[in-house]
Amino acid sequence: MNALPWTIYLSFLGALLALVAGARSAAAARVVALVTAVIGLGLTLVAAAKFVPAAGLQTLVNVPWLPQLGVRYHLAADGISLTLVVLTGLASVAGILFSWNLTARVGEFFACYLALIGGVYGVFLSADAFVFFVFYEIAIVPKYFLVANWGSTRREYGAMKLALYSFAGSALVLVGLLWAVVAQTGIDGVTSFDLATLAEHTARFLPPYQIGMFALVFLGFAILAGLWPLHTWAPTGHVAAPTGASMLLAGVVMKLGAYGCLRVALPLFPTGLAFFQPAIAWLAIAGILYAGVVALVQDDFKFVIGYSSVSHMGFVLLGLAAANPTAVAGAVLQMFSHGVIAGLLFAVVGRMVYERTHTRRLADLRRLPLHKLMPFAALVFTLAGLASMGMPGFSGFPAELAILIGAWKTSPAWAVGAGLGVLVAAAFTLRAIHVAFFGATENPSAPSAGNAAPVDHFEPITWPERAGALLLIAATVYVGLKPDVLLDWIGPALESDAMKFALRGGRP
Amino acid sequence: MRLDYAELFRALRPEALLVFGALLALGLDLAVFRARPREARLRIALWIGALAIVAALAHAWLGVRGPVFGGVLLFDRIAVATRLGVLVLTLLTLGVTAGGRTPRHPVEHVAIVLFAATGFLLMAAANQLLLAFLALELASVSLYVLAGFDKSSPRSAEAGLKYFLTGGISAAFLLFGFSLLYGITGSIELAEIGKRLAGHATEPLTIVAVVMVVAAFGFKAAAAPFHLWAPDAYEGAPAPSAALIASAAKLAGLVLFWRLLWSGLGGAAGDLGRDVESTRLTVVNGWMIAVALLAFASMAVGNLGALAQRNVRRLLAYSAIAHAGVLVLGVIATGPVTTEPTVAPLFYYAATYGLATVGAFGVIAVVARAGRCEELTDLAGLHRRSPLLAGCLAVCVLSLAGIPPLAGFLGKFWVILMAFRVGGAAAPLGWIGAAAVGWSAVGLYYYLLVLKQALVAAPTENAPPLRVPPAAAVALVTTAALLIVAGVWPDVVLRWL
Repeated sequence: MNALPWTIYLSFLGALLALVAGARSAAAARVVALVTAVIGLGLTLVAAAKFVPAAGLQTLVNVPWLPQLGVRYHLAADGISLTLVVLTGLASVAGILFSWNLTARVGEFFACYLALIGGVYGVFLSADAFVFFVFYEIAIVPKYFLVANWGSTRREYGAMKLALYSFAGSALVLVGLLWAVVAQTGIDGVTSFDLATLAEHTARFLPPYQIGMFALVFLGFAILAGLWPLHTWAPTGHVAAPTGASMLLAGVVMKLGAYGCLRVALPLFPTGLAFFQPAIAWLAIAGILYAGVVALVQDDFKFVIGYSSVSHMGFVLLGLAAANPTAVAGAVLQMFSHGVIAGLLFAVVGRMVYERTHTRRLADLRRLPLHKLMPFAALVFTLAGLASMGMPGFSGFPAELAILIGAWKTSPAWAVGAGLGVLVAAAFTLRAIHVAFFGATENPSAPSAGNAAPVDHFEPITWPERAGALLLIAATVYVGLKPDVLLDWIGPALESDAMKFALRGGRP
Repeated sequence: MRLDYAELFRALRPEALLVFGALLALGLDLAVFRARPREARLRIALWIGALAIVAALAHAWLGVRGPVFGGVLLFDRIAVATRLGVLVLTLLTLGVTAGGRTPRHPVEHVAIVLFAATGFLLMAAANQLLLAFLALELASVSLYVLAGFDKSSPRSAEAGLKYFLTGGISAAFLLFGFSLLYGITGSIELAEIGKRLAGHATEPLTIVAVVMVVAAFGFKAAAAPFHLWAPDAYEGAPAPSAALIASAAKLAGLVLFWRLLWSGLGGAAGDLGRDVESTRLTVVNGWMIAVALLAFASMAVGNLGALAQRNVRRLLAYSAIAHAGVLVLGVIATGPVTTEPTVAPLFYYAATYGLATVGAFGVIAVVARAGRCEELTDLAGLHRRSPLLAGCLAVCVLSLAGIPPLAGFLGKFWVILMAFRVGGAAAPLGWIGAAAVGWSAVGLYYYLLVLKQALVAAPTENAPPLRVPPAAAVALVTTAALLIVAGVWPDVVLRWL
């Protein structure tokens, strides 16, 4: 458990090493990156094995950082952080495996990649608002360079949009937090950025204050979680990003936003949550349906996945808005589940398919009998698609089920709206599977009208791709079959005083 | 009152060392090295200058504390920290000079930098109107010369002339304001003025004097609407001169005016707070309102202006105007001298801003030495031409953008937190603080445009790899390292402040 902070330091150290190694040889940089990520994953798994959920929030480090401001370098973990830290470990290893064939500026790529990972680990382990914010912002700049440097379609536009949306969101968060901290000093004479201490004071502010502060902080975080209609950075950013970065962006970076909503906005301002609950829920449902319908008509394979991410993140936000233990636990489970599944989907589209066929247009892909030409990719995508649709046996099922049940408890109408979203998700996923992999109606050797030349074989799937895919499939199936593992972690984490108070809507 | 000249000399040893170093460099050059090539003469002068600064640093660190010479000079903690800060920034500027194009009169350049630094040192400790004005003029006149130092470039001449004319006018305003203050209070001691002004804060004559001082302050800080000289001066001046104008001069100027406004004119500050009980705004007329308007206008003008720039130096100039907005906000928010430790955020912000600017101009100087460095696109492919420069530029620019864990983030965060504290989030300073946070999102856009060229774009075809002179490399790496260390372990830097 106490080794968890090393995931952060190791990632930054690995970033430096990859930069240095990359100046000599690309292979060395890859190995450095993979070893760093694997050690990180190992540390998270060891911590998970030794984790005692009932102990609640367990402090890992707590030393003064900036005494003049009352800022302490306070890292801690409970079941929710641990779930997401394990997800980060999985996604980082898989992302590196799917970036194995990269040849341009490899050292710099993995340096940015690991710096991003380090920031993400840091956010998930922070127990102090200042530290949280610092790591949250550290994660912004590497994303920009990952997309701008190694991306594809309109990469500079996508990268800038991604960076500015994230930064604008964090500006809102910062104003809200400063307001809360200053009000805490003014009213109670306490200057602390510690999330638990803050929650004790801010949760008792008068409703108008809480509503204002909640609006700023929640909206700021929700931008990064893909809240409709501020989600537009997500599809463009995910599509423009290189495969490894798309996996991270959809897999863990969007979770930063949702985690911020859960960890900061909810316990700090419960009355604010109660006030905005219906609005958030309906926006989340709108996002689920809108993004799902948009995904249904995309011609770019990667945009289908990009919009599906927005749709699935809508479930997370709905779970948070429903604000009862079932729904919130489902939301955390959905964060994990979507992180793994989105990673798989982007890996198949970006790495396995695009880098061999050099097209992402479904119209072109449907002419190729991909299920014969790359059966492994077809298999992985089908499994991931089933998981994404919420089929029992995969992690998406318990997650979305818990969210729907929880939403029903708060308001049946929400569950109905989101239930429609599940149908739409099934539709666009099936369409993507069918058109991309099983759509070939012609003889593959016959001349085709599009740019894609007729081909009868592709370069075989490499071992890093197989390893990465197996890792993620194993994770989604394991959690699908035994969701209790994660739910047993998450449940006690929702039992803290601040969280219980928040889930009661700020009522004593 | 008995004046102790021996103590005065002890206290001013850093200044004496700098002047001695400057004269030594000039004299040696004139007597011995005149016939050598310019590069060699510059190197010798830089060594002498660097040694003088290091010696001055040691004396400033270990030297006298407290009021000196009957309170003409005040060596409190902020003064000592600022003196160390401007010396370090000047030293780094000398390193940048080694990396740029060798000026036609290399030794004179170094000597004038040392004279300017002498002015900065006095500005940091001045506690009396006369000395404050003399120190400011010593520094300013040196900077006018430095801005126009490249005699072969019409743009440099334009920069020097514009800077000189506007600077001269602002000095006239300041002097006028000072004379009025003397007329009202009958004293030139800041503490005495503060005491006697207390009852006359709203008299018309006081208001005129305060407006004069604030206008001169706005000019020194390059705050809107007194900012118009900055883009031209930054664009035309040789890069090392621009680095000095934007860094050490700014730090010393801010501390001088902070002292002037709070110790001297504190009685005329007015109020922008909020009553805790009744939650009513307690706005009282005074210079706080004027300076708050400067802050608000600077952020808007600087950030919007920077968006439109294609020239990297003009972009940095507009970014400087935007930062000036936060800095003058810090001057209000860090409050009166009686609560001295709170000045730490202002110092931290100004010093780390100075560091980042020196680094950015240092990179520009090295790039300009090998070719052109005007447009943003002249930085294209810097990562291929010199990874070291690209790395240093990334650290400095990201620090300017306020990205943690670099020092620029903490500085901005802290100043804004102080602004929020003045009257809560719903008081005028809270609004300006919130605006500052919002503007920083705009700022990220243009800073990323710079980095996009340097780190993402491919180099143009005929762009050769860049050779970084060792002195400049040391200066730039030190700058980047300081920005990281000050950001990650702020306590190390702030412990003795």
